[in-house]
Amino acid sequence: MQPIFEVRNLKRAFGGLAVTNDVSLSMAPGDRVALIGPNGAGKTTFVNLVTGNLTPGSGEVRLGGETVTGIDAIGRVRRGLVRSFQVTRLFLEMTPAEHVALAVLQRDGRSGRLFGNFLAMPDVMDEVGQLLGKLGLRELMHRKVSEIAYGQQRLLEIAVALALKPKVLLLDEPAAGVPQSDTGRIEQALADLPADLAVLMIEHDMDLVFRFAKRVVVLAAGAIIFDGSPSDVTRDPRVREAYLGSYANASHAA
Amino acid sequence: MSMTTTNEMIGQTPVRRRFGASDLIGLGVIVALAIVGYFLFPNNLALLTRIIAIALLVLSLDLVTGYCGVATLGHAALFGAGAYAAGIVSAHYGINDPIAMLAFGIAAGAVAGLLCGAVILRAHGLPQLVLSIALIHLFHEFANKASSWTGGSDGLSGIAPSALLGLYEFDLWGRTAYVFGVVLLVLVFAILRLIVRSPFGMLCRAIKEDPVRIRSMGASPKAALMKMYVISGAVAGVGGALNAISTQVVGLDSLSFTMSAESLVMLVLGGTGSLFGALTGTIVFMFFEDVVSAANPFHWLTMVGALLIAVVLFAPKGLYGTAADFLSRRREAK
Repeated sequence: MQPIFEVRNLKRAFGGLAVTNDVSLSMAPGDRVALIGPNGAGKTTFVNLVTGNLTPGSGEVRLGGETVTGIDAIGRVRRGLVRSFQVTRLFLEMTPAEHVALAVLQRDGRSGRLFGNFLAMPDVMDEVGQLLGKLGLRELMHRKVSEIAYGQQRLLEIAVALALKPKVLLLDEPAAGVPQSDTGRIEQALADLPADLAVLMIEHDMDLVFRFAKRVVVLAAGAIIFDGSPSDVTRDPRVREAYLGSYANASHAA
Repeated sequence: MSMTTTNEMIGQTPVRRRFGASDLIGLGVIVALAIVGYFLFPNNLALLTRIIAIALLVLSLDLVTGYCGVATLGHAALFGAGAYAAGIVSAHYGINDPIAMLAFGIAAGAVAGLLCGAVILRAHGLPQLVLSIALIHLFHEFANKASSWTGGSDGLSGIAPSALLGLYEFDLWGRTAYVFGVVLLVLVFAILRLIVRSPFGMLCRAIKEDPVRIRSMGASPKAALMKMYVISGAVAGVGGALNAISTQVVGLDSLSFTMSAESLVMLVLGGTGSLFGALTGTIVFMFFEDVVSAANPFHWLTMVGALLIAVVLFAPKGLYGTAADFLSRRREAK
């Protein structure tokens, strides 16, 4: 299948330190890929390079066959590359309904309209209700975000991303900071993501990685050291050495 | 949770949030206050008209500061631009129709908004504030130096608005100017209520909270803020033009740092991020100033200072903001 998202020979150095060192990656629609790596492996830099918040030293980022390396972050979002944040970045004084409506209106090029209220726009409200309903947030849709639980805020992050109808979704630790009791809801939301959406998830929680991903990419010292199936990742000696050591040993011992 | 409860919960808030009862009540209150003012102070309509003009400036400031989080101490530049444009077209070009003068004031305010926005929005926080102060000084100095157009420090005179709609002369008591001002305020207020609730208004509130998040949703904060600056300029332009038409003179004070700072004080006094707050702050400040300065010409500034400190300490959301909070808490308690 034609790749929807491609990174070719991406490089970026800070001073003399190569933080992203010749990284290449390709994803097709429907892919579920987890990007893992020890602290300092360059995951955040990689995300920033891909989303356009950092300029690469060399290399190329392609989205739907188009080179977007020279396009800014906003332009990449408009072309279907959407990210969620590791620490929720929501508008605390606004409601979940407003968040999703804003995303829908922005996607349709209607966020600059000076008149009319989204509450009186049936098409927008239908979509808002549907999306929030799917994530179990419908009852809270008119509460302030500052009044809802953190786990629900994480779900709202996903709802906002989905409302933008992305082609490629970068999820930055979607379950980070969520109490154990609420992770089930997040995992369900991840399992329910649209089938044709390409998802790249950056995650530390290996249990979640193994349940979610069909493919795992391991980043260490700015380079990809493994790209393959979850079942092979723990067996790969380089990965065990670089990152998974204790986890792999522990699971074998068990 | 049962389906019924869910639907009820979903149904409640939208009704409250749609344009409707509360907005009509708000407009009704403005009109009622205007009528009361007309009969209570028949010999002081000039002051009331001046309050309306300044209220338009404070509303305009609320759009960029209260709704978008832009820090500015130079907002009178937009008001002054409107005032000088309306005055110059009358004094120098003989365009004396008040509606045409108003149109020039609005256009000049919008252009000044575009200019100021283009400079101020390049920075954030303290540097932004400094840029705004630099701008108001530049505008002031420009008006001072271009004295053949503006009258410089003597002020621009020779403004002679003709009868409003060809029917109502601007009389010595200021009745026509007052009614004209009230109509303008009601119109602007109604339009702004629609704008702050529109998708664009929602976008601006989101930008105020987190511009980085808005970028990751594919919207450009800068483009939106520029647009708001132009709208804000048009509103301040209405205030400036009204001032020029009603007083028939434009002075350098309409472009001053003092006026910019005072408008910010009025906004904080009433409560930022609320159109009613902007109105409340203006009315309270200007009346307080008028009454206190007449009662004690030597210490009135001290009293204004004391009022401000009291409000900031005990009602940090402003007079209107605090009252609205108190009422909504009581409603919830019931």
